[in-house]
Amino acid sequence: MSSQPNARRQVYLDHSATTPVRPEVLAAMLPYFAGKFGNASSVHSWGYEAREAINDAREKVASLIEAAPNEILFTSGGTESDNLAIRGVARARKSKGNHLITSQIEHHAVLHTFEALQKEGFDVTFVPCDKYGLIDPDGVRKAIRKDTILISVMHGQNEVGTIEPVKEIGAIAREHGVLFHTDAVQSVGKVPINVNDMNIDLLTLSSHKIYGPKGVGALYVKRGVRLTPQLTGGAHERRMRAGTENVPGIVGFGEACRLAKAELPEESRRLTKLRDKLIEGILRQIPDVILNGHPVLRLPHNVNVSIKYLEGESILLNLDRMGVAASSGSACTSGSLEPSHVLLAMGLTHETAHGSLRFALGMSNTEEDIDYVLEVLPPIVEKLRAMSPIGPGSGL
Amino acid sequence: MYNDKVMDHFFNPRNVGEVENPDGVGQVGNPICGDMMRITLKIKDNRIEDIKFRTFGCGAAIATSSMVTELVKGLTLEEALEVSNKHVAEALGGLPPQKLHCSNLAADAVRAAIKDYYEKQGIGTDIEIDEDHHHDRGHEEEENIAHNE
Ligand SMILES: Cc1ncc(COP(=O)(O)O)c(C=O)c1O
Ligand code: FES
Repeated sequence: MSSQPNARRQVYLDHSATTPVRPEVLAAMLPYFAGKFGNASSVHSWGYEAREAINDAREKVASLIEAAPNEILFTSGGTESDNLAIRGVARARKSKGNHLITSQIEHHAVLHTFEALQKEGFDVTFVPCDKYGLIDPDGVRKAIRKDTILISVMHGQNEVGTIEPVKEIGAIAREHGVLFHTDAVQSVGKVPINVNDMNIDLLTLSSHKIYGPKGVGALYVKRGVRLTPQLTGGAHERRMRAGTENVPGIVGFGEACRLAKAELPEESRRLTKLRDKLIEGILRQIPDVILNGHPVLRLPHNVNVSIKYLEGESILLNLDRMGVAASSGSACTSGSLEPSHVLLAMGLTHETAHGSLRFALGMSNTEEDIDYVLEVLPPIVEKLRAMSPIGPGSGL
Repeated sequence: MYNDKVMDHFFNPRNVGEVENPDGVGQVGNPICGDMMRITLKIKDNRIEDIKFRTFGCGAAIATSSMVTELVKGLTLEEALEVSNKHVAEALGGLPPQKLHCSNLAADAVRAAIKDYYEKQGIGTDIEIDEDHHHDRGHEEEENIAHNE
């Protein structure tokens, strides 16, 4: 990080992108690379050892969402779990109907999967959200048709942090005999989840957002729900997902889930306090800033603001130089040169979406980190605004 | 992502602001990602005596704005009109492919400011601010680097 000459601290605030593997998790994984290297399908002690480790991890993952261990399928991550849930259900229930429902603010892993199914001939309704990024359960109810087979609405929105009313949507789905999937990648470990209470049939989890390794995740599939496998091969994962299991990854994910569950109430309270301190500080110290996402129904670790008259990438580069990592929904950072579909769905103008900044807090962050951000951000904004041809700061 | 020269112009932009009582003003918007640049000129004896910019945009947009002001300062208007987007990108030692369009903003804004000057002077001009060339540098191959998390 040689490009941070002025940084007095390293403050990582991009935990929604990914998190470090925590030491306890790494320690749990290490024996499974070389020493305990067996294939869980093998009929000998090496295989048995691997199978036991996977079973143990399965219990820990299940426990975090109050599911039964045999309702958990291990996958290669959140993206694969979303694909398996959506394609798997669409294909398994094709004879029952051709209509699918999702929202406009899903992660691309969900959105692009539905778009692909649309091209294959499925009818898909993308329900809108309100200005806080909230999906109205009644809007979902109104979208249901006789031939609807699946509803997928995420739990915690990854960009703006809004927590969606999945319990209500799940109840509506159940009432109509429609399966309900939710992508809980961002909310797992941050807010309590009980798949039974919340009327969830399928739920996506990812390890690397909760201090586990990358490239591993899980799909909760409620007992009795049928899926068409998307990876065919051996008899792994109850024949739902072929492929020799990533044993060290699964073990690490399990340990990460165990720790997340143990620490959830306390950590969630701590993060919420830091979150609100950062939000209040930014709104107080910088003029012409708006908070994106819901003020209360919000993930404990998400801060998303739009700094008007500025473009996100230019702020991120300045923040990085001061040692602060964040992200933006600006068109200039998207790669596609379109601003975030989530911010646009919430009704932000292109210009306001341009100035969006997301700070995603995590385990390592302290009050001092927040103080530091509140110290370095305002001068950056002031400097860039003086350079902008729009807004009051421009003097034009 | 950016080279040192781009970063230098981004962090230490040259010629930021507005010249007083400008002889020419050019303001262009970037049709690709919605950014904006404003150039103000002071012209003396057919030369760009002073130039300042203001930009609402990404790191590359700010760096190219800064670079174009350095490139055209002191040039005759005819010479300045010859400075192309490509020159600006080259002078910066290259830009990432998905950021090449940002340099269009800079050269266009200078042309627009010169055009404004000619018009104010009642001098006929055939300068066109070509909107089409914005689309000649594709980002299609870059789309898969989209920010997914
Ligand atoms: C809401 C959401 N869904 C899915 C994913 C994809 O998960 P993974 O990176 O494990 O494929 C992410 C993060 O990238 C996410 O934030
Ligand atoms: S100005 Fe938007 S990508 Fe450069």
